[in-house]
Amino acid sequence: MTISTEDADSANAGGFRKWLLAPEPRGWFQSSTQQIHQGWLKFSLHPLGLAGLFIIVLLIVVATAAPLLTSYDPIVQDMAGRLAPPSATHLLGTDNLGRDVFARVIYGARTTLYIIMLVTIIVAPLGLLIGTVSGYFGGIVDEILMRITDIFLSFPGLVLALGFAAALGPGITNAIIAISLTAWPPIARLARAETLSLRKADYIAAVRLQGATSIAIITRHILPMCIPSVIVRVTLNMAGIIITAAGLGFLGLGAQPPWPEWGSMAASGREFMLDSPWVIAAPGIAIALVSLAFNLVGDALRDVLDPRGSE
Amino acid sequence: MTEPLIDVRNLEIAYGGGHMRAVRGVSFTLGQEKLGIVGESGSGKSTVGRGIMKLLPPTAKVSAERMRFRDVDLLKASERTMMTIRGRRIGLILQDPKYSLNPVMRIGEQIAETYRFHHPKVSKAKTYAQALDMLEAVQIRDPERVARLYPHEISGGMGQRVMIAMMLIAEPEVLIADEPTSALDVTVRLEILALLDELVSRRNLGLIFISHDLNLIRNFCDRVLIMYAGRVVEVLEARDLDKARHPYTQGLLASLPTIEDPPARLPILKRDPAWLDDLAAKVLR
Amino acid sequence: MASAELTSKQEATPHPALSLLRRLAGRAVAVVTTLLGLLFLTFSMGRLLPADPVLAITGAEVSKEVYDRVYNELGLSQPIWMQFLSYVGKIATGDLGMSATTGQPILTDLMTIFPATIELAIIAMIIGAIIGIPLGVTAAVRRGTIIDHIARIVALAGHSIPIFWTGLMALFIFYAKLKLVGASGRIDVFYEGLVTPMTGFLLIDAAIQQQWDLFQNALGHIILPAAILGYYSVAYISRMSRSFMLEQLSQEYIITARAKGLGTHKVVWRHAFRNIRVQLLTILALTFGGLLEGAVLIETVFGWPGLGQYLTRGLQMNDMNVVMGSVLTIGAVFLTINIVSDFLYRILDPRTR
Repeated sequence: MTISTEDADSANAGGFRKWLLAPEPRGWFQSSTQQIHQGWLKFSLHPLGLAGLFIIVLLIVVATAAPLLTSYDPIVQDMAGRLAPPSATHLLGTDNLGRDVFARVIYGARTTLYIIMLVTIIVAPLGLLIGTVSGYFGGIVDEILMRITDIFLSFPGLVLALGFAAALGPGITNAIIAISLTAWPPIARLARAETLSLRKADYIAAVRLQGATSIAIITRHILPMCIPSVIVRVTLNMAGIIITAAGLGFLGLGAQPPWPEWGSMAASGREFMLDSPWVIAAPGIAIALVSLAFNLVGDALRDVLDPRGSE
Repeated sequence: MTEPLIDVRNLEIAYGGGHMRAVRGVSFTLGQEKLGIVGESGSGKSTVGRGIMKLLPPTAKVSAERMRFRDVDLLKASERTMMTIRGRRIGLILQDPKYSLNPVMRIGEQIAETYRFHHPKVSKAKTYAQALDMLEAVQIRDPERVARLYPHEISGGMGQRVMIAMMLIAEPEVLIADEPTSALDVTVRLEILALLDELVSRRNLGLIFISHDLNLIRNFCDRVLIMYAGRVVEVLEARDLDKARHPYTQGLLASLPTIEDPPARLPILKRDPAWLDDLAAKVLR
Repeated sequence: MASAELTSKQEATPHPALSLLRRLAGRAVAVVTTLLGLLFLTFSMGRLLPADPVLAITGAEVSKEVYDRVYNELGLSQPIWMQFLSYVGKIATGDLGMSATTGQPILTDLMTIFPATIELAIIAMIIGAIIGIPLGVTAAVRRGTIIDHIARIVALAGHSIPIFWTGLMALFIFYAKLKLVGASGRIDVFYEGLVTPMTGFLLIDAAIQQQWDLFQNALGHIILPAAILGYYSVAYISRMSRSFMLEQLSQEYIITARAKGLGTHKVVWRHAFRNIRVQLLTILALTFGGLLEGAVLIETVFGWPGLGQYLTRGLQMNDMNVVMGSVLTIGAVFLTINIVSDFLYRILDPRTR
């Protein structure tokens, strides 16, 4: 514990702070919360990580509060006012169908957030499951699962997602499925590597001698140990996932018009790029910012959670 | 009394901007003798060895009243000067050849490299022949075959012989050995020690032998420096070790089990915080 | 108390040639299964995933005769495993189907356009290696200095900015506003057909045939897409070089090298770099895969007539055979490169021999 206990002892310290800084936590909840608190303190030493976190929080806020931030409807067309440059009325100008670009970027954040959340929910558990099972049981199970993983990894990410998205048809859900199918292999590989090194640990042998079933060992003892590095990897890979999603949108897969999605906005604005560059500049910058945010947060998280993996 | 080979006075080495003091006011001289530096992990003994050769990471701050090798002021020496001293006039042997040898370079080439760097005008063939001679000098049979091997293909004992060869080929005057036998099996250890003994006396080298093994040092070295928490707490002739005055040294000696008269319980070293301050060090100045 | 085993079982030492053969066989099996798996993925993309594979190929509005014809062609009445086998058989003979847009067999199309992508990829790789490796190595050696920060910014930008956007912006700046580079395609329409294709690489063909203004024109067209792909390669390669280098520089043998008296330059290049050479080879292979991926988008942006544009045009035209054929090709090329680099790794690293 590197936190001074003066705070905890001072008269002003509330009960919560005392509980948070207690040197001997009682129970799982208290120790977990303390760990998160410690991790947060370590994280907050990284200014870039904090900047990235700020952007992500901003993304969430913007996406949720979209109607509050702009009075324009992102879908309604206004052919009379098309391709207007940025001005006081239209902060980022209008696109080729007269829609307010700022509004479309804001509502596009919802699409991005949707993609991020769904892909994480699918990929993290799937990758963890396959990786830990493969690493723990070894043998033929490992061979088969890793062969499957290798097969998925034999395509570059965008290409595989493209293939699946094309096969499944346009639409945001299909795009999410397609992206998830390309995003799980690195997680599975990582979980397997962690499991392999944990498998030989003495405490695993001890639990097994106590009669724990394989499932119990995997879920209660091995899986939780894999979570920190999986969190780091998912965060870092999220940058690539967002870019892949934008790429799919650019190519016409993913969220379908008229619904705003940053990648497809760039595609539709392409014809008018020469005279109205703001139509593609704005969504591109949005994509880059969110990607950057995940890169920065991921780097900082790696220092906090998984120092071995960093430089 | 001839001029000492190495003369160190009040050496201070600190990390992290001066906060972490690894070496505090260490002073000693080295003549043509075998000087042992004993201490536990974290006592600063390895740091001293590397500090003399200025091989510490850039975050380390090295300062001293005096740090000389013969007539060379090591403190003020530029990197270029140090490059003429390292390998050529002072050699350094590291602990574990599994890690201290370049894994993708053949043995012969690694040994020859030291020679070639300090004798650039010598032909390649002659340089390689020197390397082979050196392998023979460290008692490796079939030097031609071994020279073509990679480090992972030889045993630990052979690896340390290679290390010694690498550092003695340019004929230095001083050898600093940082735990040279700690990674070896006991039987191999004795062979390497015998080899070091023979080479050091034949070539009239000064040797600084760094170790945590007090028994080893008392049997091998002429003089012993005991280090604790970055300080030298005692300096003795090896044969006078039993007459040690500092409580830390006495504690160390007491905790060594002997076959003749095994105690019922091994005494535990009680660390006195007073050893951390200047009082003890003053006794020896 | 159990007594120790004083004699160990004498195992017959396998003949070295036999064990080598076994290992090779094992690897061959692994490669074949991966390849089959790859084929199964593309097969499922084409046949299993779409709601109606026939409609995927023909389009929604189709007469019953055409529908039935395609249905029978695809053998959709057969059980899946038979369909897969006939699919594999077709691929093995090079039958990737017909392109609805060009009317040609897809394999023919691919052979015509693939060199264009390779030309881009090779130039981008060269840029990536020549700039990326020294940048990464220097960043590791001079940690914390300006070079290190530049390397990190380059890498970060390469991981955050979508390549299609960089392409669009670059076109906007360098073509529209500054008029420095050529428009879409590999050369201006004016020059088309003036060079007899020998290698398929315009630059080389033009140089061999000494058509220097054509060469210059082609250069003007290739420079921007290759530079952008090159940038992204630099971002990746420099980041990995830096990471590998940092790992080596903290090893004990580096101290040994310095203790011999060697200077920084020799320590870095003769010792540390030698230890990462083989890893870098793997990185270069992965870079090539990434370039194929980037090419899909960059070729679309720049109208570059390569595999990437073929794929995206096929996507736009709903020509599913083209899409699947291109995906399969990219996958096969990527897999081959990985296998080759894996093989080279084993040969070149003395520790794994």
